[in-house]
Amino acid sequence: MGARFAAFAILALLAAVPAIAALLDQPFYLDIFGRAMVYAIAAISLNLILGYGGLISFGHAAFIGIGGYAVGILSVNGIDDVLLQWPAAIGAAGMFALLTGFVVLRTGGAHFIMITLAFAQMLFFLFTSLELYGGDDGLSIPHRGTLAGFKVLDSPVALYYLVFAVLAGALALSARLVESRFGMVLRGCKSNERRMRALGFSTFRYKLAAYVLSGALCGFAGALLALESEFVGPSVLHWSRSGELIVMVVMGGMGTVFGPLFGALAYLMLGHFLGDLTKHWHVILGPVLILIVLYARGGLAGLFARLGKRP
Amino acid sequence: MTAILELDGIETAYGDSQILFGVSLRVGRGEVATLLGRNGMGKTTTVRSIMGLSPIRRGAIRFDGKNIHDLPPHRVARAGLGLVPEGRQIFPNLSVRENLTATARPGGPWTLARVLELFPAFGERLDAMGIVLSGGEQQMLAIGRALMTDPKLLILDEATEGLAPLVRREIWRALAQLKSEGQSILIIDKNIDALLRLADSHHVLDKGRVAWSGSSADLAAQPDLQHKYLGI
Repeated sequence: MGARFAAFAILALLAAVPAIAALLDQPFYLDIFGRAMVYAIAAISLNLILGYGGLISFGHAAFIGIGGYAVGILSVNGIDDVLLQWPAAIGAAGMFALLTGFVVLRTGGAHFIMITLAFAQMLFFLFTSLELYGGDDGLSIPHRGTLAGFKVLDSPVALYYLVFAVLAGALALSARLVESRFGMVLRGCKSNERRMRALGFSTFRYKLAAYVLSGALCGFAGALLALESEFVGPSVLHWSRSGELIVMVVMGGMGTVFGPLFGALAYLMLGHFLGDLTKHWHVILGPVLILIVLYARGGLAGLFARLGKRP
Repeated sequence: MTAILELDGIETAYGDSQILFGVSLRVGRGEVATLLGRNGMGKTTTVRSIMGLSPIRRGAIRFDGKNIHDLPPHRVARAGLGLVPEGRQIFPNLSVRENLTATARPGGPWTLARVLELFPAFGERLDAMGIVLSGGEQQMLAIGRALMTDPKLLILDEATEGLAPLVRREIWRALAQLKSEGQSILIIDKNIDALLRLADSHHVLDKGRVAWSGSSADLAAQPDLQHKYLGI
C-alpha cells in the first residue's frame, strides 16, 4: 500500500500548490505543476494500453496534438466554450484511434511500435503544412474559452483545479478499469493473447476498445495542454514527445495505477530542476532511467510499494 | 448415447507438413474419452484442430450438433469447449482469483465457490499471482479456469505431465468427481492405468490417423496393442 500512500500524498501536495505558490509569490509554480498534471493524464492514458495491454504505442503524442488542435481550431473559429471544445477534442482523438486502431492492432511487437510512430509522423507533417492554422509556427489561441458561458478559465487557479479534477478522474477511471472484467481480459491478453482467444474472447475488440479509450483520454490531455499554454504547435506531436510519454510510464511503473503520475512528475521535475543546472540535463536523466529500469522493478510505484512493506 | 463431439476425417497441416490424415472419432455426452499415442502422432494437433487454433483442411468437426470447424477459436470456446492446454498457460500477471473470473461465463453452473470445493487448496491463495504457483497448482488453476467457462466438453492436453505423484492423485480425483457429475471429458495423458480406470472409451492415434478405438475393457485386454502404439 506504499504506492497508494505516496500517490495520495502527492495529490494532496498538488492540491496545495496554488496556496503554496501564492504564499511564496511564485505564480509560475502553477504553470509547472499544471503542465505536469496534464502530462500525467496523458501518461495514464498511455499506461492503459502499454502497461496493462502490453501495446507499446510510439505515437501517443499524436492524440495530444489532435486534442490540442481541436481546441485551437475551434477557438480561432469563434467556438470557445470548453464544453464544446472538449467533446470535439476527445471525439476527434477517439475517432483517430478507432480508424488507425483497425490497422495498428493487426500488428504486434516491433511492428506495432513502428506503425504507431508512422501514423503519428503523418499527423505531425500534416499539421506542419497546415498553413491555415499556423503551419510550422503553430497556432496561438486568442483567449481561453468559457466554461458553460462563465469566464472562469481566465483564472489560473481555476484552470489548475480543473486539470486537477480531470487528473483525479483519470486515476479513478484507470483504477476501476483494471479491476474490471475488461481490465482482466486486457491484462490476460498481455501475457497470453492466444490463450485468451481460446477461452472465448475476441481479443481484437478488447484491444481496440482500450486503444480508443486511451486515445480519447490522451486527446483530453491535449485539449487541456492547449488551454494551459494558450498555444498549440506541431512540436506537441513530435515523435520525441511520444518517447517522453513512454519514459514517464516506464519510470513510474508500467501497469500500475499510480505509476504514470509518479513518472510524469518525476520526469518533468527532474527536467525542470536539472535544466536549471545545465541544459544538457538528459545526460543525467539517461543514467537515472537506466538505474530505475535495472534496479527498481516496477518503476517508482514498485519502489514505493516495497518501501511501504518495510516495517 | 448421443455424441457431444464428432470428428469426421479431419486433415490438418502446418504449412507444407501435414500432421493429421483423416482423424475420425466421437465422444458421447457424459463420456470420458481419451486420445492416446506416442509423441508426434498428432494428439495435440487434433486438440488444436478442435479448438480452431489450427484450422483443418478437410473433414468436419461437429460439436453439440453444429459444425464448428469454420469458427475462429473464440467462437469455438463460446460454443462450449473448455481447453486445459499443454503447459497449463495460466496468466502469470493475474491473481488466482482473476485467472478464474476473468474468462468466466456468468450465470452457469460453475462458480468460484464450486471450483474451490473441487480444489480446496486455492482457498488461501486466491490473491497470489499466477506466476508464483507450483506446477500442480497451475494445472488445477487451468482446470478451474476452463470449468468457469461452463464447458459442455472439457479437453485436457497432458493432464498430469510433469506433476508429482501426490498432485497427480489430486487431479485424477477431481476428474473422477467431474465425471460422476456428468461432465463430458476428452483427455490426453500418458498414465494408462489411471486412464483405464477413469475413461469409457479410448482412441489411439498413429501417424495422424486413428489406429484403434475401443472401451477400457478392450484396451486392457490387449497388451500387444499398448506395446505397439504406446510403447508400454
